[in-house]
Amino acid sequence: MKFAVIVFPGSNCDHDAYHATKHVLGQDAEFVWHKDTTLKGADVVILPGGFSYGDYLRTGAIAQFSPVMTAVREFAGSGGPILGICNGFQVLCEAKLLPGALLRNKDLKFHCEHVGVRVEQTSTPFTNRASAGQVLKLPIAHGEGNYFADQVTLEQLESSGRVIFRYCDNGGRIADEANPNGSLNGIAGICNDRRNVVGLMPHPERACESALGSEDGLVLFDSVVASLASSGALMA
Amino acid sequence: MSTVDAALLDRHGLIPDEYQRIVAALGREPSLTELGIFSVMWSEHCSYKSSRVHLRTLPTEGPRVLQGPGENAGAVDIGDGLAAVFKIESHNHPSFIEPYQGAATGVGGIIRDIFTMGARPIALMNSLRFGPMNGTHGARTRRIVEGVVAGIAGYGNSIGIPTVGGEISFEEPYTGNPLVNVFCLGIAKADALVKARAEGAGNPVYYVGAKTGRDGIHGATMASAEFDEKSAEKRPAVQVGDPFMEKLLLEACLELMKGDAHIGVQDMGAAGLTCATSEMGARSGSGIEIDVMHVPQRESGMSPYEIMLSESQERMLLVVKKGREREVEEIFEKWDLHAAQVGFVTDDGLLRVKDHGTVVAEIPNTALVDGAPVYHRPMARPAYLADVQHLDAAALPPVHAQEGLFRILSSPTVANKRWVYRQYDHMVRTNTIVLAGMGAAVVRVKGTSRALAMSVDGNGRYCYLDPRRGAMLAVAEAARNVACAGGHPIGATNCLNFGNPERPEIMWQFAEAVQGIGDACRALDLPITGGNVSLYNETDGTAIYPTPVLGVVGLIEDASRTVTRVFRGEGDVIVLFGETFDELGGTEFLKIIHGLVKGQPPGLDLRKERALIALLVRAAGIGLIRSAHDCSDGGIAVTLAECAFDTGGIGCQVDLTEVRGADATLFSESASRAIVTAAAQDAPTLLQIAAEAGVPARLIGRVGGSRLRISVGGRVQIDCDVRDAERQWSTAFNSYFRRQAS
Repeated sequence: MKFAVIVFPGSNCDHDAYHATKHVLGQDAEFVWHKDTTLKGADVVILPGGFSYGDYLRTGAIAQFSPVMTAVREFAGSGGPILGICNGFQVLCEAKLLPGALLRNKDLKFHCEHVGVRVEQTSTPFTNRASAGQVLKLPIAHGEGNYFADQVTLEQLESSGRVIFRYCDNGGRIADEANPNGSLNGIAGICNDRRNVVGLMPHPERACESALGSEDGLVLFDSVVASLASSGALMA
Repeated sequence: MSTVDAALLDRHGLIPDEYQRIVAALGREPSLTELGIFSVMWSEHCSYKSSRVHLRTLPTEGPRVLQGPGENAGAVDIGDGLAAVFKIESHNHPSFIEPYQGAATGVGGIIRDIFTMGARPIALMNSLRFGPMNGTHGARTRRIVEGVVAGIAGYGNSIGIPTVGGEISFEEPYTGNPLVNVFCLGIAKADALVKARAEGAGNPVYYVGAKTGRDGIHGATMASAEFDEKSAEKRPAVQVGDPFMEKLLLEACLELMKGDAHIGVQDMGAAGLTCATSEMGARSGSGIEIDVMHVPQRESGMSPYEIMLSESQERMLLVVKKGREREVEEIFEKWDLHAAQVGFVTDDGLLRVKDHGTVVAEIPNTALVDGAPVYHRPMARPAYLADVQHLDAAALPPVHAQEGLFRILSSPTVANKRWVYRQYDHMVRTNTIVLAGMGAAVVRVKGTSRALAMSVDGNGRYCYLDPRRGAMLAVAEAARNVACAGGHPIGATNCLNFGNPERPEIMWQFAEAVQGIGDACRALDLPITGGNVSLYNETDGTAIYPTPVLGVVGLIEDASRTVTRVFRGEGDVIVLFGETFDELGGTEFLKIIHGLVKGQPPGLDLRKERALIALLVRAAGIGLIRSAHDCSDGGIAVTLAECAFDTGGIGCQVDLTEVRGADATLFSESASRAIVTAAAQDAPTLLQIAAEAGVPARLIGRVGGSRLRISVGGRVQIDCDVRDAERQWSTAFNSYFRRQAS
């Protein structure tokens, strides 16, 4: 199975996503440069964290126009699994592959720490190996992770089960104290209508080895491997 | 031009005698551009003219040293064919004038120093000193703290290099002159270190990165003068950072350096294009000729003087092999960077600057670099010492130990700095195996079984009371910190922050501190591979505490054996390595509880320190210890409390041998001590290897329960719930900023 890690010039978690998929998971992985127009035959696409084009204007605002995004859009349209992590989530929102926007954290400060993240839905390629309600310990590292959507969109997301991850305390409780950035409904991650495009602010790729303090992020990558194996992509 | 008058020289920070030396070096009067070039290269910041004679005495060699002082950064061999490349640098003056950009560009500068050597930067740290966050200037200080922290975060987070650790302290003398020292470490192939050389006449010289603007002109000269109330007017001399541009430069340069088209690389930091061209030439005995018309410019109408002296950020100068130009340009184009050929290497040893073909400066490189003045400035032992060194500790009123502990835990210097490090991305690159706040910073080296432990330490108060011993203690503490993580200290870098060297008392402090660093480093086999000197840290005539800051790098052979400060489990035994003496001079206790900065700093026997460090590394290496924490700020009471914090409330019962009363026993900051824990069945082995190492070791208690219970000579002095103490410790720092929380 092959992971494509998209590299924008300001991506800085590209090596981490590559390391997690290639060295920890033992899958095939390849960097795809933002000026490339194909995804090099990848089965899964990761848009990694970072500051895509410096993000001085608005996080991810310029990245949506980069050449590689045409291929990413096509891949999404064909049902291919895409995971946007942190800046990757922001890029997916700017590219309208996911609804809503990530605003500045409520306290206007960057936060880097481990937080509790509750898996809300398992019916996506990135959560099928998790259990509903499972609490993951994952790092966040962002200044703009405050998820916002208008009331109608928010209700649609909730009613169609497209809120995939929520910030929670150690016991799995959703509470304001456990919400690091002011996201509406404690939203940490969502998916698109078709459920193949998932974006989240926490960093599962930073939580794949016990030496780093958590292995809870592995379940996202294990899930997509399992999902593609069962759909026969491995046979290709 | 012959209109050089006293006012012009003064504006350039040059004295008449220095001007005469310039005339002698050139054999004629300098042009204005030449005068500007000399003024920045001969500034204290670039020339080290006051400090050089002292710095020469530092030990810089060792079997692991691949690169000592003199290049962009030092490098030590860490095995597996790899080198750790690291350096610390100050950005004090800019950070006071414009905290966010001053600190941000400091981070940008030190990162460039590291990747210029061909190393991939993997860790940042910082050492920060401010005035008190309360009182007369509290509001201003809090704004500076917020700005500096945000600036460090803004740059490091964006470029994607984790800020993995550091230290912060608060003392009155830094009110008008905060210290912002930043450290960066990178990994390079040991046999592919890149040097800042301009070799091979005819080889093209490229300029890459951001365009040159009028920002930062005379930044180096600014950093070589005292501050006064007009300093805020110097804001245009502070540069603005662009971490995205630097990210592009970093990736493009590392891609270029994988090949062999390059000869030498130097970043344009202080003194910009002037420093890069003249130093690269001087190191190689060659010359460089450039025409400023080729230098990419941000604004029109810039004079050669301005172009040569600009300190615009994120710029590099490269010398590449003739005939390989296209290859080089393609790499930079890939990263959307413009590589402009601005000149070429010559064999005449001159820095020749042209403007549209007309020569505007022509100076021997050696005159600018090696020919800079070297001063043996007069020194005098300061009169204040006689008074402040005297302390009658026995006459101090007794203190309720637990109350004292809580007050020290709440002091911003000791309190939990989560408010700070939470703003730093300290995990990116997935190497951080000891998270911020858990002890010395530790990053693993991917592709090997090894890890690197790092610590930056200084203690201005100790150095104020005794610069020589204070500096020795700073070396010892940094080395001990990395040893507590299991790292064998293999190299050090220093940042020397002092006042105006033209005052004999300041120069004496400087010379004493350098002696102390040298003595300690020699005793601990710790080579200094580079660093930085920051003088003139004075505002309105008040100098900072003399503050040498040491960055020490330690090698952990087996990353899985890394040790942190926190208790690991119930029933483990607690062992004190080292001895506690009646040493309250200069302590946190004396400052916080009694409001005094007096006495002699703790004594230091370097043989004992060396033995302790070796013991810690050995015990960690064989997996014998489960936690280790250096015993320093706040003494043994604070150390034990910190071991219990971040454990979810695991306590301990400890009984200490009395040393002249409970206060001295609990709060003395005697050097060469550490608190370690081990599984109960390993206690005999631990005590055995301590004895073999010649380190006094005593079993003082056990981990367990939820209370922090510390007795002295059998009498309970502290008995509290760990969570109560931890609440004090973890909320104190935030409370200064609570108003702004939403």
